[in-house]
Amino acid sequence: MRVELENLTKRWGNVVGADHIDLDIDDGEFVAFLGPSGCGKTTTLLMVAGIYKPTEGLIRFDGQVVNQVAPKDRNVGMVFQSYALYPHMTVFQNISYPLKLKKVPKDEMRKRTQRVADMMSIGHLMDRKPAQLSGGQQQRVALGRALVKEPALLLFDEPLSNLDARLRLSMRSEIKRLQIDLGITSIYVTHDQVEAMTMADRIAVMKDGKLQAYATPEELYDQPRTLFVAGFIGNPPMNFLEVEVTREDGDHHARREGFDVIVPLDRGAKTAGRGTVILGIRPEDITLADEGISGEIYVVEPLGRDDLLDVRIGGASIHVLADPTLGLKIGDAVRLNFNTHKVQFFDPQTEMSLLWTD
Amino acid sequence: MTLRRRIGATIPYVLLILSVVPIVVGYFWLVLSSFSTTTEGLKPVGGLTLENWSFLREPPFGRGYPSIWRVTLNTFVVALSMTIAVVLVSALAGYALSRLNFPGRKQFLSLTLILHAFPSVTLLIGIYFVLRALQLYNTVLGVGLVMIGFELPFGVWLMKGFFDNVSWDMERAALIDGASRFRVWWQIILPTIKPGIAALAIFAFISGWNAWLIPRTFTIGAGQQATLAVYLQNFMGDTVAVQWGAVTAVGLFQLIPVAIFFIFTQDLLLSIYAGGAKGGV
Repeated sequence: MRVELENLTKRWGNVVGADHIDLDIDDGEFVAFLGPSGCGKTTTLLMVAGIYKPTEGLIRFDGQVVNQVAPKDRNVGMVFQSYALYPHMTVFQNISYPLKLKKVPKDEMRKRTQRVADMMSIGHLMDRKPAQLSGGQQQRVALGRALVKEPALLLFDEPLSNLDARLRLSMRSEIKRLQIDLGITSIYVTHDQVEAMTMADRIAVMKDGKLQAYATPEELYDQPRTLFVAGFIGNPPMNFLEVEVTREDGDHHARREGFDVIVPLDRGAKTAGRGTVILGIRPEDITLADEGISGEIYVVEPLGRDDLLDVRIGGASIHVLADPTLGLKIGDAVRLNFNTHKVQFFDPQTEMSLLWTD
Repeated sequence: MTLRRRIGATIPYVLLILSVVPIVVGYFWLVLSSFSTTTEGLKPVGGLTLENWSFLREPPFGRGYPSIWRVTLNTFVVALSMTIAVVLVSALAGYALSRLNFPGRKQFLSLTLILHAFPSVTLLIGIYFVLRALQLYNTVLGVGLVMIGFELPFGVWLMKGFFDNVSWDMERAALIDGASRFRVWWQIILPTIKPGIAALAIFAFISGWNAWLIPRTFTIGAGQQATLAVYLQNFMGDTVAVQWGAVTAVGLFQLIPVAIFFIFTQDLLLSIYAGGAKGGV
């Protein structure tokens, strides 16, 4: 099912939950709503589900406006962070509840429930009550309940947040695989950028009720359109430095105290002569070298595969990933090489990208 | 087990037994007295007798007075209808106040709180005139209605507290699963607050069963419309000597249903008190 949100807004008095959201989701697409808590992603999701009535704007399913359609008639399935299982019902009764409400004949109901339960590997737990299940099993029941009525749209509200890290990882790939196999259009709300990056076809980044960016994970990563998106996507996060870009002898120099790099022509040309701008560069695009910008190691954080170095350059602090076998210690002097083909530039006032906005 | 530990384990029991003794002695006296002509302390004087229980066979105050069975039926009708009405109205009103946003919701909540805190004695005279005007004075129906009215603010607040603690997600899940609002209330929310409903039902039944002030005020003495508590009071009239034997017998009789009720519901009641905060009263 195709989903279109047009100018979608939700206000409670002066409090704005979602602010003029415009978004299209293609049939079979997996879209993540990503943002910090309170950014309006769940509000938007609940409007799509029909639980909240939009203050303004339209929601279209396959071209049809569904603003006035009750949740039960929207043919959506939803999975909640709290699982929201019915505690007084068994697993079988929980999963089959949507079918019971649809008055599906008993035999068919039993068959479909069993099939979904087997698909979720909880077929042997049918007579248990939710309280007798582990968190992961409860989440599977919740997923089964959302899937059993074969919805045209699946909604996930931070479904993995209450699971431990290992389980989260395996459920993540399981949900992604399930979505691809079943081909159900899905919206997945999360504050975890790794979840969004790994699972979604496209990510809608939200902040303060506004849609910041809506693009593929690769595009968000390589061509962030706002400072917020650049800082929010990627782990460890992007480094930001205030610099001034000037043109000298045909080269574009990005300079600040103790810092001078030559940036490629296409990126430099858009920023030269603008005064102070914000340069962004990801830790993985900085390497230790024999020559380059010199700095001093302030802290070493071992991450296992890499060491995360906090390097002081002049008055600024830069995060760099380094090989742990180098055995770097606090206080060591290092030289840094910046992969200037990956630098980003942002306007300090508007916080918009100087490279990817027209 | 060392002596020390044995003493340590015994002390709580000793304290519990000591604190329970006066209560047990009271009940013992109650039972003993109901089968005695008179008692001196815990000693029956003049032998044991079934005379005090004669009210079960014939009305003790002569022909014009109702039999105990009639009075028991009245009490039962008041207590049961009160239970049903209070639970039903409170469960619906509590849900609305907890979940729906309607104009006047806040004012209604404050009003019920004020009514709950209102000393009911001050309303007696006003209600008397209302009942006279409605021709409900000296009827079981009138007494029942007034009792329900007094119990409702408490019930509504109690239920609202329980509904407040049911997660919104569960309700949303049911709505998305295809349930109507009413079905969500009936099939999803009510079963999850069963302990709350049981608690309210028990409170309502017992306060109906034991009620004295309102039945005493709005019925005539020990007439056909009397309830047990009012009936019991007639054994302690101003004009004749108090027949303590009969009083204890009727008192015990009134106690029986409540005691049975408690035996079957004590686990449930304990679970409510143990989970105190969950009730959110």
